[in-house]
Amino acid sequence: MNLVDRIEEAYLKKGAPNFRPGDTIKIFAKIREGEKERLQAFEGVVLRHRGGGTRETLTVRKVSYGVGVERIFPLHSPVIDHIEVVQKGKVRRARLYYLRKLSGRKARIEGQEQSEKTPSTPQTAS
Amino acid sequence: MTLGLLGRKKGMTQIFEEDGTIVPVTVLEVGPCTVIQRKEKKNDGYEALQLGFETAKPNRVSKPLKGHFGKKKVGFFRNLKEFRFASVNDFEVGQILSVIGFQTGDTVDVQGITKGRGFQGVMKKEGKHGGPDAHGSGFHRRPGSIGMRTWPGKVLKNMGMPGRMGGEKVMTTHLKVALVKPEENLLLLRGAVPGAREGLVIIYNKEKDFAGRYKQPEKKSEEVSSQG
Repeated sequence: MNLVDRIEEAYLKKGAPNFRPGDTIKIFAKIREGEKERLQAFEGVVLRHRGGGTRETLTVRKVSYGVGVERIFPLHSPVIDHIEVVQKGKVRRARLYYLRKLSGRKARIEGQEQSEKTPSTPQTAS
Repeated sequence: MTLGLLGRKKGMTQIFEEDGTIVPVTVLEVGPCTVIQRKEKKNDGYEALQLGFETAKPNRVSKPLKGHFGKKKVGFFRNLKEFRFASVNDFEVGQILSVIGFQTGDTVDVQGITKGRGFQGVMKKEGKHGGPDAHGSGFHRRPGSIGMRTWPGKVLKNMGMPGRMGGEKVMTTHLKVALVKPEENLLLLRGAVPGAREGLVIIYNKEKDFAGRYKQPEKKSEEVSSQG
């Protein structure tokens, strides 16, 4: 194994659930408020999943109060507590940038309704 | 006092701090370096340690060096480098210096040989701005004027011209040690280091108490040996 890969391995998050672009996921990030630490959830559609090793990141988009919000999370950051897959989505692209221009019914991703009836069990990261 | 060690650049990556801060790091394999010769004031006029890095086959070593290594009886090495010390009394020939001379948070300087870039123009090599790309401009990446007129009547020294770029000794200073892995002889430095992967680098540690770091393990090994 490559030496640099071996160093990265120590920092990788193990047990993250399988997800693809198009899936709706919920990310629980640690947030410091003064002394206290709490978890903040960010739920949205995965637009993009890129990089490998410690550089792996995912872009998650949600519409909050009518405003589109995108956040890029470093997957292996210790700030991320765990990730839940809320819904699997069926898409034909790896980068879902086209969603940015769509709203309402058009922004829905196929395959969501099916999985709504049988919600996939949320997998929890260690 | 400055500790210098030889090492090889292994590549770059990024690691996380506990609060999620991403730290860009260069991975270096540093040492172990063996002390081959102690240069002392009374014999050589200055105090320095000659360190060897990476063992070599005896038949790969030149005859003069073979004589030098043979006298010291500490093995044969591919790379030799001398480091000046205020005093070399704390060290002895045959002693092995490793990354334990470094600690997280230390500031180090690293010297390496930059990647050779071949014959380059004045824009890449000297940072000149060149001309416009379009609008009929016939002046794109050329150096332009290199001087004035009858006075001074010559091209000033150090005028940037096209030519060979890279492949030169460069030292990056004030790099912070992000992590030390003594069991693997690895040193992770925050930031970039000159040179290609597997390139030879020289690491200087200017911390004052590094000599003490070498004393402790020595004592431990003595204790272990006395017990066994």
